[in-house]
Amino acid sequence: MTEKTKLYGLMAEFDNPQAIVDATNAAYKAGYRKMDAYSPFPIEELQEALHFHTRVQYIVLVAGIIGALLGYGLQYWTSAVDYPINIGGRPYNSWVSFIPITFELTILIGAFSGAIGMILLNGLPQPYHPVFNVPRFSMASSDRFFLCIESEDSKFDRRATAEFLKSLNAAEVTEVEP
Amino acid sequence: MSEIASGYLVAYFFWLTISFGCLGILMIQHLTGGHWGFGIRRPLESAAKTLPLMLVLFIPIIALSYDIYPWTHAEDAAHLGDKAKYYLNMPFFTGRAIGYFLLWTAMAFILSKWSLEQDKTNSVDSAIDVAQKCRNISGPGILICALTITLASFDWIMSLDPHWYSTIFGILTIGGCLLNSFAFMIIILSQIGNREGMKGYIGSKHFHDLGKLLLACVMLWGYFNLSQLLIIWSGNLPEETIWFIRRRSGGWEYVGPALIALHFAVPFFLLLSRALKKKPTILASVAGFLMVMRLVDLFWLIQPQFNGGVIAPMAVVSTIVSVGVIGAIWLGLFFKFLSGNPLLPVRDPYIQKEAIVHGNH
Repeated sequence: MTEKTKLYGLMAEFDNPQAIVDATNAAYKAGYRKMDAYSPFPIEELQEALHFHTRVQYIVLVAGIIGALLGYGLQYWTSAVDYPINIGGRPYNSWVSFIPITFELTILIGAFSGAIGMILLNGLPQPYHPVFNVPRFSMASSDRFFLCIESEDSKFDRRATAEFLKSLNAAEVTEVEP
Repeated sequence: MSEIASGYLVAYFFWLTISFGCLGILMIQHLTGGHWGFGIRRPLESAAKTLPLMLVLFIPIIALSYDIYPWTHAEDAAHLGDKAKYYLNMPFFTGRAIGYFLLWTAMAFILSKWSLEQDKTNSVDSAIDVAQKCRNISGPGILICALTITLASFDWIMSLDPHWYSTIFGILTIGGCLLNSFAFMIIILSQIGNREGMKGYIGSKHFHDLGKLLLACVMLWGYFNLSQLLIIWSGNLPEETIWFIRRRSGGWEYVGPALIALHFAVPFFLLLSRALKKKPTILASVAGFLMVMRLVDLFWLIQPQFNGGVIAPMAVVSTIVSVGVIGAIWLGLFFKFLSGNPLLPVRDPYIQKEAIVHGNH
């Protein structure tokens, strides 16, 4: 058996959420790391099974702090430096009344960065993805669950990995063309 | 005398906010459901059932009212006019207090009784009927609780300065009640989570949820306090600003910033961490720290009205001793209620589903 074309990976199909969580756990235990799971709805345990850790919260934290500094800085500069006006005897740096705007800008910039950061970290926009070469994959948005072990994985082997996926009670194991 | 009396008031209010807050959370979790509520339902019920004790412990406040409330003095009452004649007078004040406690006690004991009856049901349908009954009383119950605690906080704390008013004061008290009660529940659950009957049901997921609620309460506390300050700051009216001006001298000028840092900023950043919220012992220490800050916050709300606006060492001692004495009685009663019944509402129609889902973990 010769392997002329390099595959994107091997895809196993499951018909219930518990099965894919168990299969993902088993694959991780067997040493597979470069894999992804596809489900019609979010499954919290699946994220743990994949040991997937997002970094989007750090983007939001940094952006939020920048937002806070911008918000406060804007008000401090306009009211205390550039054009100081005495309003009812309050100090120019009237910090109490600056807090709402500071808070709003924290949220605004934090939320925008969260959404945009999430899209970029997801690798979007992405016009082509090999998983769509599997005809049945469209069912990932209705009632089927897919686990794809990618050929980039150091443990990946066309035959052994396929055998392994079949042993996990997969309904079907398909080769994914690149 | 006013040092001791005011210290007692601080300590009394500290424990009352747990009794009352737990009643509120009990009703909220009957209405919303959610897995976070099942592990703490029995502790919530036990804490809410200490409310009659708080009525008994209210007697010293009535007895010492002359040392606590300025409107009990004839010249102040005359100055207040109709407000004192129709509202801030001892007979009505006492009557209102008894009224609040009767309502709260009735709701606490009815909810607890039904919840225990549910343990004895033997079909899912009859268990669902009980859950529905609890829900029916909790809806109006939350409304009654919110209105009565607003009036109670006006009566017992805001009237310490009868000329000052803040319309957000009731909500501020509710926020404090929720924060103190969630913190207390986290500590209790971290202690009993491994007991027989709880083991296997209580996991890091519950502490994560309760930690998130604790974080929400910390933010709520910051939000309400800022709202109050912002409105008074913007209005800049002498009769309102006096409350903050009084807290800018006599040692209080350090307590305010310390509260912003330790009651809000530090716990806020700590509780942002997901890993921290999932570790029961660490989360419980943050909760314990927040309960101490609750006490400091109540001290800051109540004490500047006394002892010439200076922090009196005797008042600090009186507060700490009173917290200990009331706490010993309160906790004794709480654990007596808690140990008398199963630790989990085992027949709850919703927990059974959860147990099946998580049974294989």
